[in-house]
Amino acid sequence: MLTKEETHNELFTMGHTGCSGCAQSMAVKLIMEILGKNTIATSATGCLEVFSTRWPESSWKIPWIHSLFENSAAVASGIEAALKVLGKKEDITVLSQAGDGGTADIGLQSLSGMFERNHDVLYVCYDNGAYMNTGYQRSGLTPLDAFTTTSPSGKVSFGNNRPKKYMPEIAMAHRIPYTAVASAGYPMDLQKKVKKAKSIKGAKYLQVDVPCVPGWKYEPKYSVKLAQLAVQTGLYPLFDAEYEKIISVKKISKKVPVEEYLKLQGRFKHLFKDDAGRAEIEKIQKIADENIERFGLI
Amino acid sequence: MKQVLEGSMAIAGGVKMAEPHVISAYPITPQTHIVEHLSQMVADGDLKAEFIMVESEHSAASVVLGASACGVRTYTATAAQGLLYMEEVVYNIAGMRLPVVITIANRAISAPINIWNDMQDAMAIRDTGAIMLVAENNQEAYDMHIQAFKIAENRDVMLPVIVNVDGFVLTHTFEVVETIDSIEKVREYLPPLNMEYKLDVENPYSFGTIAEPSVYTEARYNLYNAMNFSRNVIIDAAKEFDDMFGRFYGGLTDSYKMDDAQTVIVAMGSVLGTVKDVVDELREAGKKIGVLKVRSFRPFPEEEIVAALKNAKNVIVIEKAICPGKGGILSVEIRDSLFKHKINSVSVNGYTLGLGGRDITPGNIHGLVERAEKEENVDGEFIGLSQQYL
Ligand SMILES: Cc1ncc(C[n+]2csc(CCOP(=O)(O)OP(=O)(O)O)c2C)c(N)n1
Ligand SMILES: [Mg+2]
Repeated sequence: MLTKEETHNELFTMGHTGCSGCAQSMAVKLIMEILGKNTIATSATGCLEVFSTRWPESSWKIPWIHSLFENSAAVASGIEAALKVLGKKEDITVLSQAGDGGTADIGLQSLSGMFERNHDVLYVCYDNGAYMNTGYQRSGLTPLDAFTTTSPSGKVSFGNNRPKKYMPEIAMAHRIPYTAVASAGYPMDLQKKVKKAKSIKGAKYLQVDVPCVPGWKYEPKYSVKLAQLAVQTGLYPLFDAEYEKIISVKKISKKVPVEEYLKLQGRFKHLFKDDAGRAEIEKIQKIADENIERFGLI
Repeated sequence: MKQVLEGSMAIAGGVKMAEPHVISAYPITPQTHIVEHLSQMVADGDLKAEFIMVESEHSAASVVLGASACGVRTYTATAAQGLLYMEEVVYNIAGMRLPVVITIANRAISAPINIWNDMQDAMAIRDTGAIMLVAENNQEAYDMHIQAFKIAENRDVMLPVIVNVDGFVLTHTFEVVETIDSIEKVREYLPPLNMEYKLDVENPYSFGTIAEPSVYTEARYNLYNAMNFSRNVIIDAAKEFDDMFGRFYGGLTDSYKMDDAQTVIVAMGSVLGTVKDVVDELREAGKKIGVLKVRSFRPFPEEEIVAALKNAKNVIVIEKAICPGKGGILSVEIRDSLFKHKINSVSVNGYTLGLGGRDITPGNIHGLVERAEKEENVDGEFIGLSQQYL
């Protein structure tokens, strides 16, 4: 627990307008605790930018800039270049942030450019599995069969008809020095990865699973539990990699069936209606099993 | 020093004298030579800058946006499709009041794809909040780039400045250009950038925050005001340049043989060379004709235009871009300026020509002068169409 004094000294402060139970804001807090005040941050358009910077208020006690939806990584590249010119690059961390949509869909090009040029930037994707800021539309990181407002379930649909794009492997394919996947459900693991990323020069990619109360439709008290279940089912493997090589994976202590994870969320409730839905749950179980196998999670 | 320089080399040379610290670029004809020259200067150590070769124009503009927000001088260049692709960011740079300088090597817009010169690209972004200057020749292009940084970085302006240069006609053409030998003198003209608000860990600010209906209008008003204020800054930058380097091309506009002119040709950019030649001929033949050059398209030089045209009978406006569903663009703004000043004795004729690299010949100009005497308020009519392709 932080004292009142410490809370006020935090770099991402309270008073923002995030939903209760917002895991994205938890992740930001945890990340900023490690990065410290010598950080310059960019944010893509999305929930975080909207709920943390309602002019004239701002939750950011570090220099922060939001430009557009798809250019967080490019703006960060420019900041890094400027810091080089100013001779300040050694002392300052450049943090580039975006949601899953701002990362894996519309921002993928500028992110790929930043990776390929290997800017000394830590890029963080807060993955809540949809375009939450605009009202829960599907993104390339929406999981299979999730209900979103543009992939609704219906008489002839189980919701999102494609599995999640495997973004961390896209990052690794750029042969950047560090890629990591973390979760708001495992704060120490997350902070360990941030610490490691901070110590490495060059482009770093960190993807954090951040459950979203209104988008996933669950009770706010389940944010951490859902983040943990995503890991324990095998649906969200946590690992880190140097260049193309995975150096560690977070093992599953006790494998949990995906059903336990799905049933807490309104976005999957259509799967529990009939046999056809059950068959879809089997498909999701298969994704989890394949992850367990592929990453050696058990 | 006098040198024979390709337009792109002159532009790169002017930019070099301004000493930008971060340059980003993505190639598109006819902008390529400019950034190739700059990257060579950086490679040779003649220009100390971070040159970021990005993966798109959207990122080119975003990189200079981020760097500029840190308080360093920045530059990029593009054209046509590239400009349309970066338009979203140009609005954003202007809205965040960042003094980025951008060259547009003016080129036609696709479809049909065409790499040659007109001004459709510039006209497509005329409401972004960027100041838009237009150079007539390579010498002016060289000088205008140095002036551009001074204008952009003025404390009461703080807006991006776009320098328009006609693609190929200027960028790929060799002309005698007098370059400035003394970097110290340029530094005196253009002191180092010193931004009040920037991304600085010692003094953190949030940039690009969300502005609700209660404040958005005021933010836009401030930008609008800064653009209006820049009129005097552009004029002063030109005068001060004249004082220090002995070259002047007008402030927002420039007049050529305008005393007693009954007929006036209004144009922007390189076509002014041809126009002035024709006007010389017609003057010799006794015709009362002159030329009004528009050097700043944004801010629009309304006062200067009205003062210059109010006693004319016939105004011919060369339109190198179209506004489908309306007519001309420059001519419409000129007519509006006169109307606002309750002047209805002047006929403003906008003619569309020079699209997609088609030459504007002296014959074309003669033809327009003859036509304009018989016509009134032509609204962007196309000149010289080939019937076989219609
Ligand atoms: C070019 C552009 N297209 C669309 C939008 C609308 N838009 C703003 S935020 C957003 C969704 C953001 O989703 P994500 O990146 O996943 O972040 P989240 O809000 O979920 O944290 C969208 C679609 C925009 N601002 N700009
Ligand atoms: Mg999202």
